[in-house]
Amino acid sequence: MRKRRELVSVVDRTGTIKAKDILVLTTLRNERVRLPFFLRYYRNLGVGHFLMIDNDSDDGSREYLEQQDDVSLWTTTASYKRARFGVDWLNWIARKHAHGHWALTVDPDEFFVYPFADTRGLRALTDWLDASSIRSFGAMLLDMYPKGALDQQPYREGQDPFEIANWFDSGNYMITKNPKFGNLWIQGGPRARAFFGDNPARAPALNKIPLVKWHRAYTYVSSTHNLLPRGLNLVYDEWGGEKASGVLLHAKFLDTFAGKAEEELARKQHYAASHEYKAYAAKLADNPDLWCKWSEKYINWRQLEILGLMSKGNWA
Amino acid sequence: MSVGFVMLVHTALDRAEQVARHWAKNDCPVVIHVDKKVKRRAYSEFVTALADLDNVKFSTRYSCEWGTWLLVEASQDASELLLKEFPAVRHVFLASGSCLPLRPVQELKDYLAERPMTNFIESVTTEDVPWTVGGLDEERFILRFPFSWKKQRRLFDWYVRLQRRWKLKRKVPEGVVPHLGSQWWCLTRQTLTAILEDPDRAAYDKYFSKVWIPDESYYQTLVRLYSTNIESRSLTLSKFDFQGKPHIFYDDHMQLLRRSDCFVARKIWPHADKLYNGFLSEDASIVTGAEPNPGKIDRIFSKAVERRTKGRPGLYMQSRMPNEGWENGITSAPYAVFEGFTELFEDFEDWLGRIVGARVHGHLFAPEGVAFTGGQSVFAGALSDSVELRDYNPRAFLTNLIWNTRGERQCFQFGPRDNQDISWIVAKDANATISVISGAWAVPLFYSNANFSSIRKEAARLQKIEAQHLDALRSYYAKARVRIWTLADFVENPMEPLQTIIDELGSRAAHRLTEAPRMVSLDGFGQFLQNLKNQGMQPHLMGDFPVANTLAQNQNKPRKPYLVK
Repeated sequence: MRKRRELVSVVDRTGTIKAKDILVLTTLRNERVRLPFFLRYYRNLGVGHFLMIDNDSDDGSREYLEQQDDVSLWTTTASYKRARFGVDWLNWIARKHAHGHWALTVDPDEFFVYPFADTRGLRALTDWLDASSIRSFGAMLLDMYPKGALDQQPYREGQDPFEIANWFDSGNYMITKNPKFGNLWIQGGPRARAFFGDNPARAPALNKIPLVKWHRAYTYVSSTHNLLPRGLNLVYDEWGGEKASGVLLHAKFLDTFAGKAEEELARKQHYAASHEYKAYAAKLADNPDLWCKWSEKYINWRQLEILGLMSKGNWA
Repeated sequence: MSVGFVMLVHTALDRAEQVARHWAKNDCPVVIHVDKKVKRRAYSEFVTALADLDNVKFSTRYSCEWGTWLLVEASQDASELLLKEFPAVRHVFLASGSCLPLRPVQELKDYLAERPMTNFIESVTTEDVPWTVGGLDEERFILRFPFSWKKQRRLFDWYVRLQRRWKLKRKVPEGVVPHLGSQWWCLTRQTLTAILEDPDRAAYDKYFSKVWIPDESYYQTLVRLYSTNIESRSLTLSKFDFQGKPHIFYDDHMQLLRRSDCFVARKIWPHADKLYNGFLSEDASIVTGAEPNPGKIDRIFSKAVERRTKGRPGLYMQSRMPNEGWENGITSAPYAVFEGFTELFEDFEDWLGRIVGARVHGHLFAPEGVAFTGGQSVFAGALSDSVELRDYNPRAFLTNLIWNTRGERQCFQFGPRDNQDISWIVAKDANATISVISGAWAVPLFYSNANFSSIRKEAARLQKIEAQHLDALRSYYAKARVRIWTLADFVENPMEPLQTIIDELGSRAAHRLTEAPRMVSLDGFGQFLQNLKNQGMQPHLMGDFPVANTLAQNQNKPRKPYLVK
């Protein structure tokens, strides 16, 4: 709650939010080149309004977002780490503006894919969730990567990042239950394979619950990995069945990655003493190729469904 | 004018208006009941929007909560109004605001005109209903349900429990046999008026007003009193999921709906523009004259229910993480585990790969590395050969491997030197076929050039581990197909067990094995075991291995490839 004082409103268009609008919540830092495609992607899905928190960007991200009619923007120069990696800020904004809305909390490099995404808008999904009395919807983070070295194909502004990073690992994910919050803890994928082969416990968590029918009493605990109250984390079935779920395509591994990793390492603002970024920096020196012969090329959500990375559940 | 519609509307008024207009314009009178919860302004706008049509009327509004009596009362009032205002109506069709006609109205008229006395209403006795949710089928009719299931669940449940405990039962009115069915029906004027004008109606209404979900039983039961001409099916295509709530149709169901040949479908998602535009346009009037055939659509919805309740066996993912015992198959496909074979045969993996149509790996769980087939560093699904990653979650490693290679049988080697975390998992897995030559781990020790004291120690350790593993395989919980031979028995006559194994795996071509793998020389192995014994260790898993002299004659044979008659 104290963290709200750290947020300064840049432009507040929350008055234009309509009762049934689906909202996107995002914190970002220096993501200017990604923003045009990000906004377009979610507008196409049918998102009504973007609530964005800029953490001290100096690359024009703020100025760009300020001009967008469907964006409300806050800025802060405070510590990302001390705001529990932005979660405190997001919780505050959500509490204030997202109550009663479906809220999709994603990073600028995360792209939400759900069953029937090609033929049904996001509203179809949230209507179905409402009708089924489901309050939260899981979407695992799926790391996408290019074939060849990361810097081989530069990303251009406005471009679909998955024209470049269109490969993924289909079946090397490890799951355990987190007894404290009741969520699943998923690790694996190319990051575990390439960067954490000798220290799997440090491999980043891939479980995410980004889509929630927000209530002011809800709160994200650690990133969007888990929430309180605990019931919201039960996005999986324990009796053999499959609940419906989606995927967050993660466009982290582009040519921008090396610079980002360096910057983040210097800022020391990331989780667990930035262990993750130290591991990247160590390997990035050799300009690694995440691609392997068993990598899967991305086609569409049906492919992810068949591979068992997401599920239609009983949505038909 | 042969058919009139009663429409129960509570949301998406714009869509309801579209559909009502469609029917009214095709010369079918419509009486609409709008839920009382709809705001007055929205209601009056709705009424004005339809004011230009004189065959659309509005009935008394009730506040209809799901599963309550007022829903029935609303349909009674509306039906009475329809029958009174439009004397030419012969069939009354009950529809909801989220219904959509799939075929030209004329076709429905013709269909009903050919069956002037038929009542289309699903009406099944409680014993024959498989789909009731919540375990309340018969009890719907003999308990009282004054509390709302949606809003007063605790009171609802408490009152049900109370009545069960005290065995409180209501009396079903005389002559009434409870029937259930879809609440969307199409009844003839004759039958419907008989129900509505029955002198005993007050008594029936009183009884049904305390039945649970009376809209699924009121007409379905009473129709049996007045008509024998009942087609027990609904003309409205409506599918329900495992929680008993209706499946929703979207734009991408267009073709499916067309092929169903049903007259009306529900529920349609209000924003399914393509469906509304497509089916309500005048040019959609392709007259097929076909019988409704919802079976085509049934399949995808029953598959959805199965996916939600049973899931895909052997899949562990973000929205399917079954508790132990609820996996519906620990792994997704059959696979084979070989223990002691690579220790006894020099070229077992190659040989097996040649003989059977399966992928043959080495020791996948070995401490020094993951021996994927062909020495690959990454395998299907981008599984890494990192020992740390594998040992971080060996169960996931195994289940991933089997899931990733669906359609291709996997074989791998296992032994007491390997990570034993999967010991119980494979034992309990009905997909596993496990062949064990117990004690074969001693052969590499026999060949190793280590100090005898450390060999002795290692032998004791491996024997202990394998004994525990064999206990798992032989336990009451084991579901795997298990074959265990002692080393001594196996060496005595290796062809027979090998043949059995190959037969089970399904060999590439030959019916009989013509080629055996090369067995390592066991000259002096008996003495080696004897030495272990002399050092105070008891190697028992090998069986009764013949000591030195008897070996000599046996030894020549296995070195040559076997040729079987």
